[in-house]
Amino acid sequence: MTTAAPTGAAGFLARYEGLKDHLPGARKPWLNTLRADAAVHFAARGFPTRRVEQWKYTDLGVVAQAHFAEPLTMVEGALALPVPNAPHRAVFVDGRFREDLSTLDGLAYRALGLAQNLNEAEPYLGALAKPEREPLAALNTMLFEDGLFIDIPEGVDGGLLELVSIALDPGRPFAFHPRHLVRLGAGATLTLIETATGRGQCLHNPVFEIEVAEGATLTHGRLLQEEATVFHLSTIYATIAAAGTYDNFTVAAGPRLTRNEIHAALTGPKAACHMNGAQMAADGQHVDTTTSLDHAAPDCASRQTYKTVLTGRSRGVFQGKILVRREAQKTDGYQMNQALLLSEEAEIDSKPQLEIYADDVKCSHGATVGALDADSLFYLRTRGIPESQAKAMLVEAFLHEAVETVTDETLRGALTRALDAWWSRQAAVA
Amino acid sequence: MLRIEGLTAEIDGKEILKGIDLEVPTGEVHAIMGPNGSGKSTLSYVLSGREGYEVTAGTATLNGVDILAMEPEERAAAGLFLAFQYPVELPGVGNATFLRTALNAVRKGRGESELDAMQFLKLARQRMTALSMPEDMLKRGVNVGFSGGEKKRNEILQMALLQPSMAILDETDSGLDIDALKIVSDGVNAMRGPNFSALVITHYQRLLDYIVPDRVHVLMAGRIVKSGGPELAKELEAQGYASVQAAA
Repeated sequence: MTTAAPTGAAGFLARYEGLKDHLPGARKPWLNTLRADAAVHFAARGFPTRRVEQWKYTDLGVVAQAHFAEPLTMVEGALALPVPNAPHRAVFVDGRFREDLSTLDGLAYRALGLAQNLNEAEPYLGALAKPEREPLAALNTMLFEDGLFIDIPEGVDGGLLELVSIALDPGRPFAFHPRHLVRLGAGATLTLIETATGRGQCLHNPVFEIEVAEGATLTHGRLLQEEATVFHLSTIYATIAAAGTYDNFTVAAGPRLTRNEIHAALTGPKAACHMNGAQMAADGQHVDTTTSLDHAAPDCASRQTYKTVLTGRSRGVFQGKILVRREAQKTDGYQMNQALLLSEEAEIDSKPQLEIYADDVKCSHGATVGALDADSLFYLRTRGIPESQAKAMLVEAFLHEAVETVTDETLRGALTRALDAWWSRQAAVA
Repeated sequence: MLRIEGLTAEIDGKEILKGIDLEVPTGEVHAIMGPNGSGKSTLSYVLSGREGYEVTAGTATLNGVDILAMEPEERAAAGLFLAFQYPVELPGVGNATFLRTALNAVRKGRGESELDAMQFLKLARQRMTALSMPEDMLKRGVNVGFSGGEKKRNEILQMALLQPSMAILDETDSGLDIDALKIVSDGVNAMRGPNFSALVITHYQRLLDYIVPDRVHVLMAGRIVKSGGPELAKELEAQGYASVQAAA
């Protein structure tokens, strides 16, 4: 008689028990404590269910019921990498840093594998994440093996860096939980392009802890392009100091289930946060963008424009919370989410949530849902443009408003290519 | 040559066209005049293939080819063009991209080579100059923020680029001042020749002072009730549609 391996939270907790003496940093008491505390939180909460308000529209049942193992042992050697979006890149395979595949020479700052540099990372690891509040961050903290640690000194222009994540298919379900730390000193700048590809039945559960100091600017472009067998659940924590800017643009176009969860806090006057994105889902897929923006200082601005395109039997979710604290006077907040439903079976759930405690603020939000405009489609077709191409033009136009918020041309090009590639795949299937 | 025989069509079960017979020989410009609700716009939509209009009887052929069975884009490749009464605004679609995509789609459909960006720009600039259109209209979204006159000029620009053999101009004069009317008319007249025909749909005679038709047809209650030379338009202007109705 054999006993079935435990699934879901129990499975991951069992793995933690078995692995905790072998995980990176296992001899560092501070990290052991961090992991053990996270395990307590994860044991108490398990995977979120739809009874939890923040997960009302996204069902993790299929993830919770699966049995995920660790990735295979790292094998050195060449690997087919995605087309580069930047000259400098840090490559991760199954969540593990691969220095041999990375090109990081000549950087004016540190971009390191986290597992090998835990001592340097100690003050920052866990500084922003909330494992007691987000079970997925608890799961990540409990089991992370590696990640990218970026530390840009004051005043340094970090240029363009690509974070590449590749998941290989070992032929059985597996999970990895990279932990990425990004720190920009006062006045520093960086454009970080994150490219996630992968295949097989895997759970990619990254957590980012991002600190943008006074007057620094981080542009963070994310291309979540894993195949339709992958679960991508990412959580970003960002804190932006006075006059700093965090600019996030996420394209979610590929995975079976994507949760793009961002918690950003504006902690000093005149800080700014832009969270924009385009999420697309085809038959059988689910995309979820959940943002939470904390205006904790006066004179800050936040802008959010999210576009969702759904085809087939798919589902999209947008949840956007804006908290304006009492001291955050002169806040300028804007949030817009729009969905384009290309099939009768697609469904979008949209939940804006504004909590405003300051009395002198400008905060607006809006949401629209619609199908492609029949008059526009007819107009294009009378000009000789075939129906599929006309639809593609209108979808691109719909996404345009979000994409045009990206000022970095390299990034905008990469985002546009990702969106075009998604659309071409749909057209090829149809 | 556009030939329409016994065409009846309905929308939402309501019959709008009740047996249209019409021939526009190659090289000729015909006008269709009629009061509001007579079926003028329905005729243009049925011919160009808009969804929601059901053809219940009759035929329509362009140069001998049945167009009613074709998709709208196939009709465009076959040489049909509809200038809209209310051109659609397409935010996020650049006018230059739109024009070049349309031109190349039509050229492809006709078995012609596609134009590259430089060849297209050269051609577009040339056509725009003739229509007194500023070049920045290429950079803007299709019809976005265009005045009524600019939208109509953009329609004529599309016609000039796509080189149809048969153009339907649906109330192209609506919302135009005299200067714009003259520019638009010049654009249409410049297309006239042995290989171009047009069906000019209008409520008012004014446009026909600038685009002088070979024939004028009066459409009332879904039928052509009277046909004649250009003088018929003047007659209608003087006496109104009621006189035709009384005679019919």
